[in-house]
Amino acid sequence: MPSHPKLANEFVKDKERAKWHDQSLWFVRSKRDKAVHQLPEWELLREQASKIKSYVVSHLPDLLEEFEKNAKAKGVHVHWARDAKEHNEIVHSILKQHQVKRVVKSKSMLTEECHLNPYLERHGIEIVDTDLGEWIVQLQDKPPSHIVMPAIHIKKEEIGELFHEKLGTEKGASDPQYLTESARQRLRQKFIEADAGITGVNFAIADTGGFVVCTNEGNADLGTSLNKLHIACMGIEKLIPRASDLSVFLRLLARSATGQPITTYSSHFHGPAPDSELHIVLLDNGRSEIADSDEFRRSLNCIRCGACMNTCPVYRRSGGYSYSNTVPGPIGSILGAAHDTKANSSLPFACSLCASCTDVCPVKIDLHHQLLTWRKEIRLKGLLPLSKRLSMKMMSWMMQAPRLYQFVGKMARKIVPYLPRFLVYNPFNAWGKQRELPDMPKQSFREWMKQNHDRK
Amino acid sequence: MTASREAILNKLRKQSIPETELPDLQQPELTQQWITYPDPRQQFSDLLASIKGLCLQVKNVEEVNQRLAELPVYQKSNNICSLIPDCGQPTVNVDDVTDPHDFKDIDFAILPGEFCVAENGATWITNDGGPLRTLYFLSQHVALLVPASEVVPHMHAAYEKLHFENRSFGTFMAGPSKTADIEQSLVIGAHGARSLTVFLVEEPF
Repeated sequence: MPSHPKLANEFVKDKERAKWHDQSLWFVRSKRDKAVHQLPEWELLREQASKIKSYVVSHLPDLLEEFEKNAKAKGVHVHWARDAKEHNEIVHSILKQHQVKRVVKSKSMLTEECHLNPYLERHGIEIVDTDLGEWIVQLQDKPPSHIVMPAIHIKKEEIGELFHEKLGTEKGASDPQYLTESARQRLRQKFIEADAGITGVNFAIADTGGFVVCTNEGNADLGTSLNKLHIACMGIEKLIPRASDLSVFLRLLARSATGQPITTYSSHFHGPAPDSELHIVLLDNGRSEIADSDEFRRSLNCIRCGACMNTCPVYRRSGGYSYSNTVPGPIGSILGAAHDTKANSSLPFACSLCASCTDVCPVKIDLHHQLLTWRKEIRLKGLLPLSKRLSMKMMSWMMQAPRLYQFVGKMARKIVPYLPRFLVYNPFNAWGKQRELPDMPKQSFREWMKQNHDRK
Repeated sequence: MTASREAILNKLRKQSIPETELPDLQQPELTQQWITYPDPRQQFSDLLASIKGLCLQVKNVEEVNQRLAELPVYQKSNNICSLIPDCGQPTVNVDDVTDPHDFKDIDFAILPGEFCVAENGATWITNDGGPLRTLYFLSQHVALLVPASEVVPHMHAAYEKLHFENRSFGTFMAGPSKTADIEQSLVIGAHGARSLTVFLVEEPF
């Protein structure tokens, strides 16, 4: 898999676009701040959410069994999948049993993680992503670049072009109102024609056996209320113990995600509708391994609001695709490294350790600490690239020889200002890409200390 | 399938994860901190307006009818249905409908809501999952009638009212359907209702 720096390099080549992407996300982050400041008890809510989620991870098997028991009592079919392959097979077997040809799906990062769409398409089933952003990237045959705003990286003119080609909208039209209306008409047709609805799960409640799905568009509700078959796919970490815990999470989720006080629809499903079937697939796919790790367990607290991405200076300037992971940004770098350390070894380095992600996380995941810990793990596993290994080694060697360090510093202060650019800014100076080195100071800290304090 | 169930549960059971406590959300140290509003109805009304919905505080169903008649989207609607007795001028009888697809041309639906939440402008609606559930999402425009006394300040109070034994479906509806997936431009009317009007009704209906 290409490394993050390599892919990010592609993204930043278009300076205008990188700037626009950065500003779009900062706009969302600002909306989040405004919404958060409306609630004086915000920090208290974060604390409760964090405690509830930590409890969940430490009681996962009991809560899963409790959820299963209560869901079954309400007539829900509960399935268990160890990995993505099994998940897809289960979903396919249910659809096959009902002779389903057309499925409408509301946004679910879990089915993205499992690559459910191509799997079902290979088996002759049409599957339509009905979240507008997700449908746009589906029409482009691409994955989402953000977990809450899947098409945040695409310009309206490009969407206009795509819709013109695929839906026959007017050429050159790029008005969001017009494009959304066209999508509404087409997708409503898809809802009417579908035989089954698939949704993700935002929260599953152990003590009631129900679950909650949050959308702004109403697509999960249309997809499930018009059909007699509803399949919900969830990661095992999505559980919460009690229905009353939702009061905490629903206050945090949309405010953190988009700055809305709550999503337009927060739908609670408790059992199938009359004459209908409701299935739920519980997926592990590496989550139990994360639960077992003292260092990274807290990453399972994540409620997928995307706040850490919106605030991350690296994500904002490198785009979601530079992460090559279903979940990008800070939380994605942790989860990606946990899922496949070798393939994702560059992700924990896509971080300036500024800690902004940790500050905004509604469930108090210590994201930047975990990213730093991942760096150590990656070094221990011998997965650091040669350039990093060598420079670290040289640095360590120099740091252990104080006189050499002093000498090198002195020489650098004297010589660097007079060097031609090509000697300072070249492929060996990764730091100097996209930015200028600061001016060399006149004296070192040691010299300054000697002059000003040592004499006293 | 059961093999996977056992495998996942066994794997989780073998782990020794330090136990943590589940916080008591009813403890006064917390509940005293939750936000309150001097006038929850007004707060709800303002909040709903900020998310592009409309709240009208009225005395009775008769007044609802008057206000409906003034709504341009209602005036333009051809296919109207109502689940509230004597409310609106329904043109479609929904009682005999068994297939929710038959609702695809409903322009305006007048439906019951149970209670409202001041902090976020949401209204709780509930349904047994039968065909009428679709009306909340498939209709072009939706009006909800809620008793004016049923406005709670925040989500904690909301969940004190909620039980999930009898109804298979319920949702918090907060404003009309919307999306900002094209360059963050807010567009009202994505898949669901293009407008949401909540009537807080003083007298029983």
